[in-house]
Amino acid sequence: MRRQTQGDKGSDMARLLGAVAATQDIEAFEALFRHFAPRVKAYMARLAGDGQQAEELMQETMITVWNRAGTYDASRGAVSTWVFTIARNLRIDAFRRENRPAFDPNDPAFVPDDIAPADVEHDARQASEQLHRAIAALPEEQAALLRLSFFEDQSHSAIATRLNIPLGTVKSRMRLAFDKLRAAIGRSGDVS
Amino acid sequence: MTIRHHIGDDLLISYAAGSLAEGWSLAVATHLALCPACRRRLTVAEGIGGDLLETMSDDVASDKSWFSLLGRLGDPTKSSAPAARSVASVDHVGGLPEPLRSYAGGDIDTLNWKSLGRGAYHIPIRTGDGETMVRLLRIPAGKPVPEHSHGGRELTLVLSGSFVDSQSTFARGDIEDADPSLTHQPVATPDADCICLAVTDAPLKFRSWIVRAIQPFLGI
Repeated sequence: MRRQTQGDKGSDMARLLGAVAATQDIEAFEALFRHFAPRVKAYMARLAGDGQQAEELMQETMITVWNRAGTYDASRGAVSTWVFTIARNLRIDAFRRENRPAFDPNDPAFVPDDIAPADVEHDARQASEQLHRAIAALPEEQAALLRLSFFEDQSHSAIATRLNIPLGTVKSRMRLAFDKLRAAIGRSGDVS
Repeated sequence: MTIRHHIGDDLLISYAAGSLAEGWSLAVATHLALCPACRRRLTVAEGIGGDLLETMSDDVASDKSWFSLLGRLGDPTKSSAPAARSVASVDHVGGLPEPLRSYAGGDIDTLNWKSLGRGAYHIPIRTGDGETMVRLLRIPAGKPVPEHSHGGRELTLVLSGSFVDSQSTFARGDIEDADPSLTHQPVATPDADCICLAVTDAPLKFRSWIVRAIQPFLGI
């Protein structure tokens, strides 16, 4: 049997989420829950500690996944990416006194996408596989910065202070890492 | 509309991670509303979060955890992905996009501008982050923003009209990212007033001692 790749796992997840959206398939949702709940809880625990609050925030995240399964858009990335954005927003609500402003695709002043996604599912599956490999191949100093930024809710200046390196170094390592990841995906969105 | 000046990688990654303060996030999110290319970059940056989430644990949820959730599941709200818009809404080109419009409390024509003198106006915008100062600026056509260097970073997002700075033109959707080392002199182009969102993390230091002397009274 061939090893299951990140991309295979990703398309399994997309299929399960599709079943939840289409028929409120409880078994499909259970499979999603069994997979994502420990990951989301670990993410919450980075700020909440390993107790009831992390469990509660995980449950809120998974209930949102259940309720909003129909809004998942494969052209915006893997299911894990979508779950991450839901968890991130709930975590900000829980731990910060400030809001996280976001754009609204239904706003009349919103400028719509200029490129129609071609083979969305294939692209998304391939991109998440390529992204996974590229992240695994990053030098540790760059990967460590990404983890601090994504998990610990640390601003770049806080990261600079914590690691005792200049802010400019934090920014240039982030840029190097992001360049590599975008190159690995071979996706457009190159802007400079 | 062709946007030439985009948000930097570090801002985009912090925004995707959820670790960017509200004031900076407002400029980033408003640029994203106007810039499909940066939304594609955001997809990559959020993909990092999704991939890192996958690596956070190898556990499978326990029966206890599953059954305690099961009791809380209701009917999913019947929502589906909004249909992709194929045609730009031409009528609204030039207005303030969300999320900025809500923060400002209205669109450009209905706002309650406060005079800064010399034909310039501003509207302070409140955020909850305690580390940024955010406001809308209206610079009269053909006139400069007073020359200044920075105590910290400054993001300037153009919403209407345009300005020229260091031989580059910044028009609607363009964002200028100025660091403390940059002394610059943005000048509104002569055709129209320039309206922009300015986010700073420290009060500006104006170079002219006269402006510096009255800075506390201008509140800028």
